Amino acid sequence: MNLRNQVLLWAAQRYSAMVLALCVVVHLIVIVYAVRNGLSAAEILGRTRGNYGWFAFYALFVAAIAIHAPIGMRTIVAETFGWRGAALDALTLVSGMALALWGWRAVFAVFA
Amino acid sequence: MKNGYRARNHPAYWAFVVHRGSGLLLAVFLPFHFWALGQALAGAAALDGFLRWTELPLVKFAETGLVLLLAAHLAGGVRLLMLEFLAWRDWQKSLLAVAAGVSLAVGLAFVLNVV
Repeated sequence: MNLRNQVLLWAAQRYSAMVLALCVVVHLIVIVYAVRNGLSAAEILGRTRGNYGWFAFYALFVAAIAIHAPIGMRTIVAETFGWRGAALDALTLVSGMALALWGWRAVFAVFA
Repeated sequence: MKNGYRARNHPAYWAFVVHRGSGLLLAVFLPFHFWALGQALAGAAALDGFLRWTELPLVKFAETGLVLLLAAHLAGGVRLLMLEFLAWRDWQKSLLAVAAGVSLAVGLAFVLNVV
């Protein structure tokens, strides 16, 4: 991978991390709040169904995850197994897109 | 000796291990998390069916581990962002302790609420 793209990946990893830092703080607060009386579908869906605010929040959360996690996994694979090159970069891209679609499906599931 | 245990046994190395390990486990967990939420597509009853499974003590234990991993990855990540993006200050050495403390506090809050 050329230097320019490496810098782009580095920046994408950091800027997605900044978005995730805010999202994860909110997520942890919601988790600790939500489990007080045990989890139920009624409680979760009561919060998320038809709520455009939560929908936008989780859609952004998933987008940041889909950027952040595959780049991190790519680094781990490259450093642990010494695997580098176009095939790994393609796998990173495909897993990012798959994670985004899989995550947005979940966001839609609790919104619709 | 360069790669020996003594050369690696310092707080910043263990912060690296925790950040990498937690990141890896969270990435593996994510598809299952999205699958579980996707159960809602089949209706609230399907999601409730899955949520009953999460009441098992062993699953709660695993959930607590995941919350701790998420908090640890968050705290360690914020530490890294502060090291990379802010000018170096002496108090940044204390960030390791802050990161560990925040993670533990979140994990404890979850345990106290869930049990």
